[in-house]
Amino acid sequence: MPLAFSWADFGQQVTSGLAAGAIYASVALALVLIYRSTDVVNFAQGEMATFTTYIAWSLMHHGLSYWPAFVLTLLIAFGGGVGVERLLIRPVERRPEIVIVIVTIGLLIALNGLTGWIWGPEVKAFDSPFPNNTVDVGGVVISVQDIGTFCVCLATVLVVWAFFRFTTVGLAMRAVAVNPDASRLMGVRVGWMLALGWGLAAVLGAVAGMMAAPTVFLDPDMMLVILIYAFAAAVLGGIDSPVGAVVGGLVLGVVINLLGRYVNFVGQELRLPSALALLLLVLLIRPSGLFGRVAVRRV
Amino acid sequence: MPRVWILPAVRAAVLAGAVVLIAFLPRLVSEFRVSQFTYVGIYFIALLGLNILTGYNGQISLGHAAFMAIGGYTAAALILGRPGFELLGQHPSHLLPDSAMRPVFAIPIAGAVTGLIGYLLGIPALRLAGVSLALATFALAVSLPSIAKHFEHLTGGGGGLSLPLAKTPFGLDVSTSHWLYYEAWVCAAVLFVVAWILVRGRVGRGWRAIRDGEVAAVSSGVSPAVYKTLAFGVSAAFAGVAGALFVIQVSYINPDTFPLSLSILLLASVVVGGLGSLSGVVVGALVLEFLPIYAQQPPLVHVNLAKQASPVTFGVVLILIVVLMPGGAAGLLRLLARPLALLGKQR
Amino acid sequence: MALLELEGVEARYGPIKALHGVTLTVDDGEVVALLGANGAGKTTTLRAVSGTVRHEGRIAFGGQSIGRRTPDRVARLGLGHVPEGRGLFSELTVWENLRMGAYMRGERRTLRKEAPRIFRYFPWMERRRDQQAGTLSGGEQQMVALARALVSRPRLLMLDEPSLGLAPTVVQELFRIVSELNTNDGLAVLVVEQNANVALAAAARAYVLEVGEVVIEGTSDELRRHESVRKSYLGY
Repeated sequence: MPLAFSWADFGQQVTSGLAAGAIYASVALALVLIYRSTDVVNFAQGEMATFTTYIAWSLMHHGLSYWPAFVLTLLIAFGGGVGVERLLIRPVERRPEIVIVIVTIGLLIALNGLTGWIWGPEVKAFDSPFPNNTVDVGGVVISVQDIGTFCVCLATVLVVWAFFRFTTVGLAMRAVAVNPDASRLMGVRVGWMLALGWGLAAVLGAVAGMMAAPTVFLDPDMMLVILIYAFAAAVLGGIDSPVGAVVGGLVLGVVINLLGRYVNFVGQELRLPSALALLLLVLLIRPSGLFGRVAVRRV
Repeated sequence: MPRVWILPAVRAAVLAGAVVLIAFLPRLVSEFRVSQFTYVGIYFIALLGLNILTGYNGQISLGHAAFMAIGGYTAAALILGRPGFELLGQHPSHLLPDSAMRPVFAIPIAGAVTGLIGYLLGIPALRLAGVSLALATFALAVSLPSIAKHFEHLTGGGGGLSLPLAKTPFGLDVSTSHWLYYEAWVCAAVLFVVAWILVRGRVGRGWRAIRDGEVAAVSSGVSPAVYKTLAFGVSAAFAGVAGALFVIQVSYINPDTFPLSLSILLLASVVVGGLGSLSGVVVGALVLEFLPIYAQQPPLVHVNLAKQASPVTFGVVLILIVVLMPGGAAGLLRLLARPLALLGKQR
Repeated sequence: MALLELEGVEARYGPIKALHGVTLTVDDGEVVALLGANGAGKTTTLRAVSGTVRHEGRIAFGGQSIGRRTPDRVARLGLGHVPEGRGLFSELTVWENLRMGAYMRGERRTLRKEAPRIFRYFPWMERRRDQQAGTLSGGEQQMVALARALVSRPRLLMLDEPSLGLAPTVVQELFRIVSELNTNDGLAVLVVEQNANVALAAAARAYVLEVGEVVIEGTSDELRRHESVRKSYLGY
C-alpha cells in the first residue's frame, strides 16, 4: 500500500539504491573487464566473489582485524583470478564462445559446492567496518553502512580506472582488448594481460562481496542474485563499456528500489522480473545498451 | 566395388540397436531404474529442442527450463481442469477447461501452446543477439518462478498443483512406471524423427546458414526472421512436451520445479552431448540424469561424500568433458567412426 | 652475415601450404622489396618472420634463429612489423598508439626521447596526438602505424602493403619517408608490395614471389629490365 509520497522517503530509496547499485556496478565492471578481453561473460564471477568473501571471514575469525583482512583478501582474490585464467580459460581460449561459457558455468557449480563444503551451508554474519548508525541529511535518513559501501565500491572502481588510464600495463591491456594480434607485434605478452584482467575482475568481485555480506549475510548463494543484477547492469550499459557498467549498476540499483516501493503491482516479489522486463525493453530500443558500441552490419 | 555404404550401414545398425535396447530396457532393470530412464527420455526431448535452438541455429538460451515450466503448467491445468482446481481448494481461472483431460492428450497440447509462446518470444529476440539474448533468456528463467507464484488462479501459486497420480490409461495391462517410460520414449522417438527431418531439410540448412554467418545467409536469400523465430518455436515446443511429461511423471508442479539451475544444466548437457548434432543428445540426457547422482556416490569407490561433493564433482567433470572433448560426445563418436569412414572411401 | 636470412622456409594455414621454400636475405641498411601477385605468399612470409605463423626451414635475424618464438619475443629482438591493414589500435589515440610502440623499451622514457625524432618525420602528428586513431584518414593511419613501429628503433622494419588503399601522392610521401629513414638512420627495410613501380623505386634489391616460392631476384635495375617482371608487374 503506497503511502503518501514524501521526499524524505524518496531520498532514502535513492540512497540505499545507490549503495546497492554500487555493488552491482563493481560486479558489472568485473564482467565487462573480462568480456572486453576474453570475449565471454564470466558466469562464475559471483561465486568467485563469494569464495573470497568467505576467505575474508575465515581470516577475521582467526584474529585478523578488518582492514588487514580486507587487503589480504584482495591480494588472494587477485591471485585466484589470475590462476583461473591461466589454468582454466587458457586451454579453451581459442574454442567457440559457448565452450568457454560452459567452463565458467562449470566453475560456478563447482565453486558453489566447494564453498558449502568447506564452510557449511549455514548463514553466517559478516562484520562491517562501518558503524551501525545513520546520518540525517536534510530530512533524509541515510545509513552510514550505505555511505561506506558506496564510497568503497566507487573508490575501487576509480582505482581500476586510474590504472587503465595512467599506467603502461593498463594501456597495454586496453590495446589487447582492441587488437590482440597487433599488441603481440608490440611485444605485449597477451596471455598475461588477459590473466591480469581476470585478476582485477576478481578484486572487484571481492570488494563487492565484502560490502554486500554485512547486509545480505554470508551464505554460499549470496552472490547469485547480485550476479543477475550485475549481468543486467552490464548489458544495460553496453557489455563492452566500462562506463556503461558503472552507470548501469547505479541506475539499476535505484530503479529496483523505486519500483519496489512505488509500483503497487511490483511489491517485493516481482522486483527482479520487473527490473529485467524494463531492461529488455531498453534493449529492444537500443540493442547495444546505453553506452555500447553500435555494431554496424554491412550486407 | 565401392564400400561407401559401410558407415551408413553401421549407423543404421547402431540406431536399430539403440531402439531395441530402449524397447526392452524395462524388462531388464528394476522399477526404480525404469523411472530414472524415463527422466532420461524426458531430458532427451528437452535437449533435442535446445540443441536445435543453440546448436543448429546459434541462438543461445539460458532459460530453457522456463519453457519446460510453461509446458508443465499447461499440462497440469488441462489435466486438472476447473474441477481439479476446486478440489485442491484453489480458485480456478475462467481460462481453464471445464473438465479434466487425459494426460496423454494434454501432452501434445502443452507442446503446441509452449511452441506458440516460444515463437512469439522469438520475435523480440530477433532484435537481440549474443550476450543480450543470453541475458533475456536468463531473465525469463529467473522471472518465471516469481510470475508463477503471482498468477495463482492459473498456476496454483506458491503451493503449486498436485495432480492425481498417474495411472495406465485405457485399461492396458502395463505397470504405471512402464507406461510412463514408454510414453516418454515414444514421444522422444517421434520428436527425434521430426527433428531429424527438419534438420536434414531446407529448414535445417537455413538454421545452420544463419548460425554460421547471418549476413552471408541473408545474401543467400535466407530470411533470419522466419528461421530464427521458427527455431524458437520448435525448441520451445519440444521443451513444452518434456515439461508436460515431467509433470505427469511426478504428479506435481510448483514454481521451483523447473529452476534456473535446470536451465543452466540443460545448456551444459547440450554442449556435453555435442552442439549441432543429434547423435550426442542421448549422452547429454544420460549425463544430466546420472552425473549428479554418481558425483556424490561414485560407483566402485565406496565413499559417501558430503552432499556438497556432488556439485563440485559435477562442475569439475563438466569442465573436463568440455575441455578434453571438443564437439562433445558427438565429436567423440565421429572420431571413433573415422576409421569406418575411411574404410568406406577406399575402392 | 645478413641481418635477415630465410632459407627454404615453408609455412601452412591448416592443410593449405602457402610457402614452398622461400629463400631471401636482407642486409643491414638495405631496402629490399618483396613483390608478387595476390596470394603469392608475401604476407605469409612476413608473418613467418615475425612469428605470427609457424614455419619450417631456417629464419635467422641478426644471426639468431627465430625458431618457434612467439611474436612478442620476436619483436623484442628488434624486428618491427607493420602488418597488412596497419594493425592500429583504432580506439586509442595517436599518442597512445605511439606509447604502445615504446612498450618494449620502457614506455614513457623511450617515447619522450624518441618523440622529437618521430615528429620531425611526421610534423602533423604532434598536433593530432590526442585524436582517436580510427578517425584518421587512411594515409594518416598508415603514417601512425609506421611511426609506431619506429619508436622502438628496430633494426629491421617490415612493411606489408603500405600503399594499399592510398592515393598516389600519399604513397609517394610514405616511401619518401621510408627512404629518408633508410638513408639517415640506416634502417633496414623489407617492404612487401603489389605496387611494383613504387617499391622498385625505393628498394635496392627485390625478390618476386609466385605461389610461395622466389622465382626472380636481383637488383631493382635488373628487375626493371626483366621482361616478365615488366609485363606482369610493371605494366609495360
